[in-house]
Amino acid sequence: MLRDELLRLIRNNSRIELKDLAVMLGAEETAVANEIADLEKEGIICGYYTLINWDNTNEEMVDALIEVNVNTSRDLGFDTIAERFYMFDEVKSCYLISGRYDFLLMLEGKTMRQVANFVSSKLSPIEHVTGTATHFIMKRYKDYGTVLGAVRKDCREKMSI
Amino acid sequence: MRDPISKVARQMQPSGIRKFFDVVAEMPDAISLGVGEPDFDTPWHIREAGIYSLEKGRTFYTSNAGMPELKREVAAYYQRRHGLEYDPRTETFITVGGSEAIDMAMRAILDPGDEVIIPEPCYVSYVPCAVMTGAKAVTIPLQEKNEFKLTPEELLGAITDRTKVLMLAFPNNPTGAIMTREDLEPIAKICLEKDLLVITDEIYAELTYSGEHATIAAFPGMQERTVIINGFSKAYAMTGWRLGFAAGPREIITQMVKLHQFAIMCAPTTSQYAGLEALRYGDEDIAMMRESYNQRRRYVVNELNDMGLHCFEPFGAFYVFPSIRSLNMTSDEFATRLLESEKLAVVPGTAFGSCGEGFIRISYAYSLAELKEALSRIRHFIRGLI
Ligand SMILES: Cc1ncc(COP(=O)(O)O)c(C=O)c1O
Repeated sequence: MLRDELLRLIRNNSRIELKDLAVMLGAEETAVANEIADLEKEGIICGYYTLINWDNTNEEMVDALIEVNVNTSRDLGFDTIAERFYMFDEVKSCYLISGRYDFLLMLEGKTMRQVANFVSSKLSPIEHVTGTATHFIMKRYKDYGTVLGAVRKDCREKMSI
Repeated sequence: MRDPISKVARQMQPSGIRKFFDVVAEMPDAISLGVGEPDFDTPWHIREAGIYSLEKGRTFYTSNAGMPELKREVAAYYQRRHGLEYDPRTETFITVGGSEAIDMAMRAILDPGDEVIIPEPCYVSYVPCAVMTGAKAVTIPLQEKNEFKLTPEELLGAITDRTKVLMLAFPNNPTGAIMTREDLEPIAKICLEKDLLVITDEIYAELTYSGEHATIAAFPGMQERTVIINGFSKAYAMTGWRLGFAAGPREIITQMVKLHQFAIMCAPTTSQYAGLEALRYGDEDIAMMRESYNQRRRYVVNELNDMGLHCFEPFGAFYVFPSIRSLNMTSDEFATRLLESEKLAVVPGTAFGSCGEGFIRISYAYSLAELKEALSRIRHFIRGLI
């Protein structure tokens, strides 16, 4: 109960202070602190990140989605192959998916050349990989439920009955 | 020239709070806890249903009482929430907001000389709508010590031979008070004994934070003497769509629809399509928004009590109604001085009836960050007074 509501509350704002969380959830501060500690220990809360719109910085950043097809064998399952992908720091996300291909990787690089190099020299040579298709992300509109660059404006009349 | 204005219009008291609202509007740097509407946007799937209806050219009048499918959804809603059976064709009706439904219900039921009991503090339209029919509004000042619920004693004390209607409004704007099943039971009994009709404004029904919302219409014998007013504004964050509904006995609804036909024709068609989507697929949106209001409610109540502004715990709507009596000033003074010195606007309790003196209404339909900033200004203001 507390756990579910806590997760829903901090999911979109991980910066609410502990004492405020406790009041908002109608729980004791220690109970909330313990719950968070448990959630971390159980691998349910896996990290706290900051959503950055790099397009608005001077930083050059190129993101790509890469579809990967692989050959599995009796003693080489998806999990083992996945590890060969996700251990690279450049790989931001790695998903096994259903459909026309097996894996979807999200890659972050400084330049398009860097990403292309990664695909040709790191990814493709992996012996189980039978094919890749790279899609560069041209513009990011929405990430993690947040529309990027949209400043929410309160359009209500200031006072109403 | 002869007097162009009717006596009824001229004698109608303008809403006193307007002046204060205008002052706030002239202060661009002022922040506010004064809104009476959700801070959520209408959920997109509901907006899209409205847009889609326009694309398909659904730009004509609907039937006067509203689209049959929408009335069916209203009936289904009462079945689902309260186990109440309404015939969608004759016992439900779609209006231009709860506002219109309140007006039409009063017009359909009241004659000059009738009395309608209106517990205060309350939403500002009940008394004027009653007065417009020539009826007399008999107000009951509800007490903070009763958590602003209506007690059977208070009700009995206000009933005369002329009393025809009891106006109920829970969850309440501005107090946030609710009335549970147990609270309503003796009230229902009195209505039956004294042969009173009830108009119950349940526009905040979905924003109840302690148990399920209870309606007086669900007591035996009450459905046939109760008109329920409801709407989309608060539950689905749809204030600007101007869409509401009423459910009640056929005899009364028929008359309401007749008056509505002459005054309004029909509720906006685009909004009705959006409303259909809301009633069909909006329950999850309501749950999400209710949870979020509830978290902010706890936060604001806790902060106010912490700074010494006593505040009973409101279990409905999105308002808290703290007492400022300990500060030795009137509600108006408090609101005016808070605005001047802290640039923060709140609504004085007296905007909702004279018994609101000594209280202010604070809305928590704001982001946590906004609430934090505003509450710290109130804290600073109070500290400066002591
Ligand atoms: C108690 C109450 N009833 C009715 C209304 C009117 O709502 P609608 O937008 O449905 O006309 C309001 C709006 O603030 C309200 O607070």
